[in-house]
Amino acid sequence: MKTTMNGNELTLYLTGEIDHHSARRIRETADGLVQQKHPTLLKLNFAGVDFMDSSGIGLIMGRYRTMLLYGGTLQVTEVPRELRKMMELSGLNSLGVLERRSESCEYTE
Amino acid sequence: MNILNETTITFESRSSNESFARSAVAAFVSQLDPTVSEVSDIKTAVSEAVTNCVVHAYQNTYGKIKIHVRILPENTVSIKISDKGCGIEDIHKAMEPLYTTSPQEERAGLGFAVMQSFCDAVSVRSKVGKGTTVTLCKKLSPRYRND
Repeated sequence: MKTTMNGNELTLYLTGEIDHHSARRIRETADGLVQQKHPTLLKLNFAGVDFMDSSGIGLIMGRYRTMLLYGGTLQVTEVPRELRKMMELSGLNSLGVLERRSESCEYTE
Repeated sequence: MNILNETTITFESRSSNESFARSAVAAFVSQLDPTVSEVSDIKTAVSEAVTNCVVHAYQNTYGKIKIHVRILPENTVSIKISDKGCGIEDIHKAMEPLYTTSPQEERAGLGFAVMQSFCDAVSVRSKVGKGTTVTLCKKLSPRYRND
């Protein structure tokens, strides 16, 4: 998984399919990096994700809690069109972690 | 019932098979020329049902998961996912959004809610100690098809 650290901002570029099987490794990698680098902002970039079931929601909620514990925040960015239905259904929008994009990406409240 | 085509796959309840299961169902359904979004809906719903079998039905053991896919008239797909695991005591409770018995595993408690919103109909039959069968039904949009 490609990761970048820019100041206090850690970005993880997720790829492939996120399900119950693959979420475990992503979770371990993400939490390991957060503990090691102490970012104040964790960005999960979904541009390279082509499938996600509700395990992805569990993954996001878990990282949201981890970042709260460390006094930081989480942002979910570049969600592909096919995943938006799942993001909307999950109620994640109410946590304010989904990136607002001026073009094409409107989430219903 | 007039079954136009059908297939059955059986596999072990290992998490590494979750991807195989949803891809196999999607491959079979592809003969109906579904839209990208219909394929995504089916894969997601199957993934939720299969994950429930892996995480809940068999918990710390392994058992068989069977998927029976049927293509019915009017572009309708019926997908039956069965296990012989522990069964569900209170189906109503299990289907409540955000209810989960595995919060430590970071399960969001959205499995059934996703199945219901990504399919037209979801039915669950379960017997404690015997197993669970989830049936997903989805009617695909009418498209030009070479029958």
